[in-house]
Amino acid sequence: MKIVVCVKQVPDTWSEKRLDPADQTLDRAAADGVIDELDTYAVEEALKLKESLGDATVVVLAMGPAGAAESLRKALSMGADEAVHIVDDALHGSDALATSLVLAKAIEQIGYDLVLLGSESTDARMGVMAAMLAERLGVPQATLASGVAVDGTSLRVTRMTSAAQEEVAATLPAVVSVLEKINEPRYPSFKGIMAAKSKPTSTLSLADLGIDASSVGLAAAATKVLDSTARPPRGERTIIKDDGDAGARIADFLASRKLL
Amino acid sequence: MSDPRVTPDDLLGIDDLLSDDERAVRAAAREFSRRLIAPQIAEWFENGGIPTMRDLAGELGRLGALGMHLRGYGCAGLSAVDYGLTCLELEAGDSAIRSFVSVQGSLAMYAIWRYGSAEQKQQWLPAMAAGAAIGCFGLTEPDHGSDPGSMRTTARRDGADWLLTGRKAWITNGSIADVAIVWARTDEGIRGFVVPTTTPGFSAPEIKHKLSLRASVTSELVLDDVRLPASAELPTAKGLGAPLSCLNEARYGIVWGAIGAARTAYETALSYATTRTQFGKPIAGFQLTQAKLVDMAVELNKGLLLALHLGRRKDAGTLAPEQVSFGKLNNTRSALEICRTARGILGANGISLDFPVIRHMANLESVLTYEGTVEMHTLVLGQAITGVAAFR
Repeated sequence: MKIVVCVKQVPDTWSEKRLDPADQTLDRAAADGVIDELDTYAVEEALKLKESLGDATVVVLAMGPAGAAESLRKALSMGADEAVHIVDDALHGSDALATSLVLAKAIEQIGYDLVLLGSESTDARMGVMAAMLAERLGVPQATLASGVAVDGTSLRVTRMTSAAQEEVAATLPAVVSVLEKINEPRYPSFKGIMAAKSKPTSTLSLADLGIDASSVGLAAAATKVLDSTARPPRGERTIIKDDGDAGARIADFLASRKLL
Repeated sequence: MSDPRVTPDDLLGIDDLLSDDERAVRAAAREFSRRLIAPQIAEWFENGGIPTMRDLAGELGRLGALGMHLRGYGCAGLSAVDYGLTCLELEAGDSAIRSFVSVQGSLAMYAIWRYGSAEQKQQWLPAMAAGAAIGCFGLTEPDHGSDPGSMRTTARRDGADWLLTGRKAWITNGSIADVAIVWARTDEGIRGFVVPTTTPGFSAPEIKHKLSLRASVTSELVLDDVRLPASAELPTAKGLGAPLSCLNEARYGIVWGAIGAARTAYETALSYATTRTQFGKPIAGFQLTQAKLVDMAVELNKGLLLALHLGRRKDAGTLAPEQVSFGKLNNTRSALEICRTARGILGANGISLDFPVIRHMANLESVLTYEGTVEMHTLVLGQAITGVAAFR
């Protein structure tokens, strides 16, 4: 059984994020890059499946600039077996459609029974990658999983949606995105970090994947960010004292900010 | 190629001086600190202890932080710089956690690793590396701190056994330890003993009423004719140089750790100053506040460079004890000043445990004193540059 886990390098959740004024893409130099926390749940789930199944290989896959290698290293130090890094200057500014094209090609090339990924990325927050990958790979998708079980080639997933908890079944191969509540990701140990150094890692370029550079990158993106403004510093705060109607007033406040 | 530019959290580009491995070790320690320490530390500090310290010791063992710069016996075998980065990240959580790791790894484990018999090493080091056994280190006495050579705890021979009598004070981990490394005066000079804390005559009452390192266990060790077999003596520890060499290991970690505490205070002050609005603008926009933030950042980065410089020397085997004194003196003093300045920037909020500032400030008052006071390290350096000892 081969499990491919897609991981993304994102700006550290704890650091200030900025867009590069030149092309309105993420300014990766402005913040420390880290493995997307939401993807660490997918890595953990893959490692747990490997532990319960015994015979499984966990391959972590990332598309991104050179720095993304650090995220792959972290996944390896958590216990993944192999890492594949898609790195190509032409990928800069790729949107979700292009990213899914590239990841799908790489996943096909690596070979897979199960693809796992986080429910969304903490930077772009599109939440569409699992669906796009499943579509491109022509396999079933189960998104927003809070539980994953594999028995032979049958897959059972518990899905949490806002309306209901669903139990869905599919036959492998399949693509599954996982929620934070699915597990508690292990943190890497120093021993794991040292062991990661001897694990196989490879890099792939667009040419290796047979993808034309013109179909990816900023120029090929389906949407274009025209302008951006930094969020202003926190101003006046609204304090609601509970005179019996605080709940309704909080709801009104959130609605006025279009948060409800 | 774009023009070089600075980032606020790494003004000098010190990250570029670290290897990929070192950054990975730091990231693991930072994640540990954020996940296992930060969420609960204010409560632990306020309540005066960590009720789950045994579990946390096990987690520190799983991380590989206990005796991490030692080789063999289940230790991680990493470099001095890796150890320093780990101390920094743990102390960015709280000095109590770094103190635990320092005492376990650099004092208790190091003493056994460097001066112990094969049996002592086998019996204790793997369990201590895993965090399953906790160690403490008894050198300081109620009346003998900076001058440990005048200690009054004695060990006298009784047939083939040793009998230990005396008191030790300010012993981190004392009340929770499974094993104590106790230094005592004998007819042959100062010797070290590996004392299981279950030995009759040994007790370790906790020292209460601390306003610093409140999450840490600090104890007295009371030794009342503690009978030990000859095999309890550390065979190659002859004289005061042995415990002092252990302290040198531990204070090397403090050089880094203090920077972690200061970094948290600085980051908190910076974040507070950029979001706290007074007179219609963030207080970071006032020149007085900017001057404070810049002074903090300058001292923080200088201290980090100093720690890294000492770490590289330690890994190269060229680190002199006086250089460790230099680092301990400067970095604890600067870190405390940074915390006090941060406390001021936060105004009234600066005195609340809701912000990680006054906790670090209070902790650093201990860190400033233990493992050699400012005065002692000043005199060590005074002797180094003048050739005249002012304290002997």
